[in-house]
Amino acid sequence: MPTKAPRLAVWKFASCDGCQLSLLDLEDDLLAVAGAVEIASFPEASRAVGPGPYDVSLVEGSITTPHDAERIQDVRRMSRIVVAIGSCATAGGIQALRNYQDVKEFVSLVYAHPTYIDTLATSTPIADHVKVDYELHGCPVNKRQLLEVLNATLNGRKPVISPHPVCTECKRKGVVCVMVARDLVCMGPVTHAGCGALCPSYHRGCFGCYGPSDAPNTAAFANSLAYHGLTSEAAVRLFRTFAAGAPAFREQSLAIEESGARPSMSPEAGH
Amino acid sequence: MPIGYQERPLVPLDVGDRAILRPDQLSGILAALRGRGYTLLGPTVRDAAIIYAEIAGADDLPVGWTDVQSPGSYRLAARPDGAFFGYSVGPHSWKATFHRPEITLWQAERQGDGGFTIHEPAPETSRVALIGVRACELAAIRIQDRVLLDGPFADPHYAARRRDVFVVAVNCTEPGDTCFCASMGTGPGVESGFDLALTEFVTDTEHLFLAEIGSGAGAEVLAEWPVDRATHGQIAAAAARTQAAAQRMGRSVDTRDVKEVLARNLENPRWEETAARCLGCTNCTQVCPTCFCTAVHDLTDLSGRTATRVRQWDSCFDRSFSYVHGGSVRRSGMSRYRQWLTHKMSFWADEFGSLGCVGCGRCITWCPKGIDITAEIAAIRAADPS
Ligand code: SF4
Ligand code: SF4
Ligand code: SF4
Repeated sequence: MPTKAPRLAVWKFASCDGCQLSLLDLEDDLLAVAGAVEIASFPEASRAVGPGPYDVSLVEGSITTPHDAERIQDVRRMSRIVVAIGSCATAGGIQALRNYQDVKEFVSLVYAHPTYIDTLATSTPIADHVKVDYELHGCPVNKRQLLEVLNATLNGRKPVISPHPVCTECKRKGVVCVMVARDLVCMGPVTHAGCGALCPSYHRGCFGCYGPSDAPNTAAFANSLAYHGLTSEAAVRLFRTFAAGAPAFREQSLAIEESGARPSMSPEAGH
Repeated sequence: MPIGYQERPLVPLDVGDRAILRPDQLSGILAALRGRGYTLLGPTVRDAAIIYAEIAGADDLPVGWTDVQSPGSYRLAARPDGAFFGYSVGPHSWKATFHRPEITLWQAERQGDGGFTIHEPAPETSRVALIGVRACELAAIRIQDRVLLDGPFADPHYAARRRDVFVVAVNCTEPGDTCFCASMGTGPGVESGFDLALTEFVTDTEHLFLAEIGSGAGAEVLAEWPVDRATHGQIAAAAARTQAAAQRMGRSVDTRDVKEVLARNLENPRWEETAARCLGCTNCTQVCPTCFCTAVHDLTDLSGRTATRVRQWDSCFDRSFSYVHGGSVRRSGMSRYRQWLTHKMSFWADEFGSLGCVGCGRCITWCPKGIDITAEIAAIRAADPS
């Protein structure tokens, strides 16, 4: 163990604060974290902000303004290790829906004085701007996984974060598949594990909020959606939620849009 | 023709003997098992399926329910009679009972002098009675025993959980659309590995079970009841029901030289076609009662003073599974699907002396894409150049 406690900073970009709250939500473990690191900067928790450099920076949120695009460079310069946390920081978040639209038009419709608004045309993940040492997925991130990433970083080991699809978590828990037994659309087969199969445990299909799994076959998954009664518009929307900007989901949503018609269904498989 | 029940005075029954039981007597036997300290694990309706869980007694069995299965689809359905075991196997298997999805293997603690101590938790034991075990499931348990128990390096955790088990098996009379145990030679009738084996008769006028005694423990439990010793006619009627089930099986695999056919077709274009449909979601391996693969992970506490090694079910369908220094060996979905099927149906024979599939059909029903192992084997066979 280092003699001096490593200095931790938590940063917010375009986001809802939910991932930072996962840190505060650690309850008893938060005390252990506070004992293991010096929480040098965490505006959500304390107004006392210590100056850099920092050993570990947790970054929440996506880059949506020119100012933030500069600020993330400062964060990188001041930090030995940068960990992007949550769907905004790792995939652009729900606000990456703007990447498919004309942002100027939104601005002129929404704001009385659009000239005051200085925003980028896209919402992009942190790794599009600076080198990121580790990405933790989720919307919000799972607090146990967040603790594991901090823990592994402090102990100089690789975090134990499963790259598997959500289905693996369902099966380990004994959850009955909602797709097979209830004919619900579930993104689990193409979605990164980590939530503990939260939605399927409550008889809902996975919404894909953790973004793509390690090697998702999104094309095969999209082909099943017609079988489950989805129109191609609905199929596109399915890929464009919290991880709308993640490349695998983005490309699949564009492919469905391009193919226009309902995704084809192979008669042999039915699915 | 009714089977008929006639109460007779207590007679000593022995291994291999058969008796006729009424439902209330079967309930009593389940209660007696609980009385002997067994936790009852059996089928029950939960979460839109017939799953395996702890049950209090016969009242928790899926009475009035059955299932309708097809590739990628499972539906509960009501049945008009009061059958206790009128369904085919569901999403759960007994694998989870003996080969737990996640266990702690050991913990290490740093000592002040720079060394460390290792603490291995004692393997958890349990006294369980499995209720309603099918022939394919007994075959799957035998396969897992062969892999995890019988080799030179038995898994102590598996061994501890397997030690004290009472098996109430059921001869299958309701095969599903995705079942193919008959062609795998593993069912639908049970032959060994049980304490009691039941055949259920349910008609408008009677509800009875023919119980075959498979062990001394089974004979002891039955000895407490004034049961009716089965006649030759009743035994033949039970056998006929199981034989009829073998004829009604939804699917089949031609197992003649399947090992060789697969082994010589590793470059068959069918693999790519199937991989294009396969999600790599791991469901087939996780529901399979014979798949045993795991991964181990090392965790630490925040201070780095203690380390914990945990073992979790893993799957050859995940890219991380074949990760070695520098990357994964099986990078394509094609190589992963091919690995799974050829291991089950070909290379398993060289390793463990039997095929690795018992024909339960779970991987077909619970594949969200409905990919059908029997159809895949048939397609490879059809395209076999030799
Ligand atoms: S419910 Fe969803 S995540 Fe769970 S096994 Fe089924 S498809 Fe996979
Ligand atoms: S491979 Fe499929 S049919 Fe065979 S034992 Fe496993 S789950 Fe059952
Ligand atoms: S065969 Fe089916 S269940 Fe198995 S990984 Fe592929 S899609 Fe999933």
